[in-house]
Amino acid sequence: MMSIIKVTHLNYQYEAHKKILNDINFTVETGEWLAIIGHNGSGKSTLLRCLDGLLTPQSGQILINDTIMNDENIWQLRQKMGMIFQNPDEQFVRATVADDVAFALENAAVPPQLMQQRVHEALAAVGMLAYADKAPAQLSGGQKQRVALAGVIAQQPRLMLLDEATSMLDPDGRRLVLQIIKQLRQKYHLTLLSVTHDIDEAIMADRILIINDGHIIKNDTPAAIFTDKTLLSQLNLPIPYTEQLKNKLRQYHVPVPQGFYDIKEFVKYLWTLSSKM
Amino acid sequence: MMNINQLIFGRYLPGNSFVHRMDPRAKLLLSFYFVLVVFIANDWCGYLFLALVTLFCIKLSRIKIKVFINGLKPLFVLILITILMQLFFTSGGHIYWQWGIFTLTSNGIISSVLITVRFILIIFMSTLLTLTTTPMAIADAMTALLRPLARFHLPVDEIGLMLSIALRMVPTLADEATQVMAAQRARGIDFNHGNLFKRGKALISLLIPMFVDSFNQATNLATAMEARGYQSGKPRTHYHQLHWQKTDTMALIVMLLIIPVLVFLRK
Repeated sequence: MMSIIKVTHLNYQYEAHKKILNDINFTVETGEWLAIIGHNGSGKSTLLRCLDGLLTPQSGQILINDTIMNDENIWQLRQKMGMIFQNPDEQFVRATVADDVAFALENAAVPPQLMQQRVHEALAAVGMLAYADKAPAQLSGGQKQRVALAGVIAQQPRLMLLDEATSMLDPDGRRLVLQIIKQLRQKYHLTLLSVTHDIDEAIMADRILIINDGHIIKNDTPAAIFTDKTLLSQLNLPIPYTEQLKNKLRQYHVPVPQGFYDIKEFVKYLWTLSSKM
Repeated sequence: MMNINQLIFGRYLPGNSFVHRMDPRAKLLLSFYFVLVVFIANDWCGYLFLALVTLFCIKLSRIKIKVFINGLKPLFVLILITILMQLFFTSGGHIYWQWGIFTLTSNGIISSVLITVRFILIIFMSTLLTLTTTPMAIADAMTALLRPLARFHLPVDEIGLMLSIALRMVPTLADEATQVMAAQRARGIDFNHGNLFKRGKALISLLIPMFVDSFNQATNLATAMEARGYQSGKPRTHYHQLHWQKTDTMALIVMLLIIPVLVFLRK
């Protein structure tokens, strides 16, 4: 596999503040989903903004597809990167859904004919085709985030950056948006990088990066991280539902395995367990 | 406090009539033109003719005349003040009644009626524009019509974008204002009672959060726009293409005929 992002010795600080990012090194493979978690102020959003070229790091290097990111090529690189932000209202630029999806294409000077087709396709991919002419005020938060996703899909990116994209949504909206992200990832072979507080989102990732005080302190699979009780309690991270359930079951001396399960797998495990008993 | 939802002026009613389908540029040009024409007319025949033209246009839009009349209600006080000013402060003609600086003259009566008709015609025509055209289309049309000024270094595209973002933000900010007001009310701030000074002071608790909020929103929106590849001054394409049709040219020609008719009616 080829690594799509390679970050070496990245440092960033806002003026007259302490360092936000301190010697960050990591790579992201093509097609991988990397979740970045950490507490408020740990620097994870700053990292994402550096990767999109919205912030310029003081030192260090970012390679996107083996190209070193600099001021000249950032606009070009950005065309292959799509970013979704936290607040659905504050990233809705145009007055209707279709117009908003077309915004990035307008910026890339895509011919109107092709634009029509791509907007249509992108809206269909997120299931918002029926809302093409609606105004943002007529949509729910989850629907607005789906429009933002469509806007990124229309760009035909290779890399999607999610900056707490589901944090302002209700549970239903969050589930739906995550489900769509999962589908889009498969359909368009996207590499995903998501900054999140949401444990369900982190579990869906292939790999998790834990940042604390501007340092990467852990870079491992969700299974390894969420079964590591000392790490979880040390960093005060939330425990996934299946792990909580396992702990409770252990209290009642129900035999549960050490490995990590998502909900579906866990249900399957419980079935086999009950048929054995 | 006046209910914002009552204001029909500036709202859009979806439809598929002849007027709805017209090119927004044509509609915008015609509305400007009509306002000018209204000031040319100065006698009964002229106004009767213009009223018929207005009614015809409204008929073409297939929107009920009642909607337009309801739209006048919030402007009632404004119209009333204009009428009273004209009635009592116009001199000339036969004097019916006089008291101090107030005079009621035949000229005053005539001009107050004419001014009212003028006012209503202008409101009806501009309401017709906004009712049949989305704010976005109006912004597009304005940008397109300003295009020739780009030669004089007017940043037409930036103005167009600013206009469209402003329009897009109106409902969002209105929602937020309602929320901030409710939150401040919950903390015991009274927006509706007290003297002017007290009310002004209460308003500060709405204005400052709203300003801070719009600054934050603007920063975040700018970041999102940059992330989506927006560079000011760079050539862009436009998703919405305006299509000037034969019917638009025809409508323009027909409306241009109003002036000769008016001049003829004047004799």
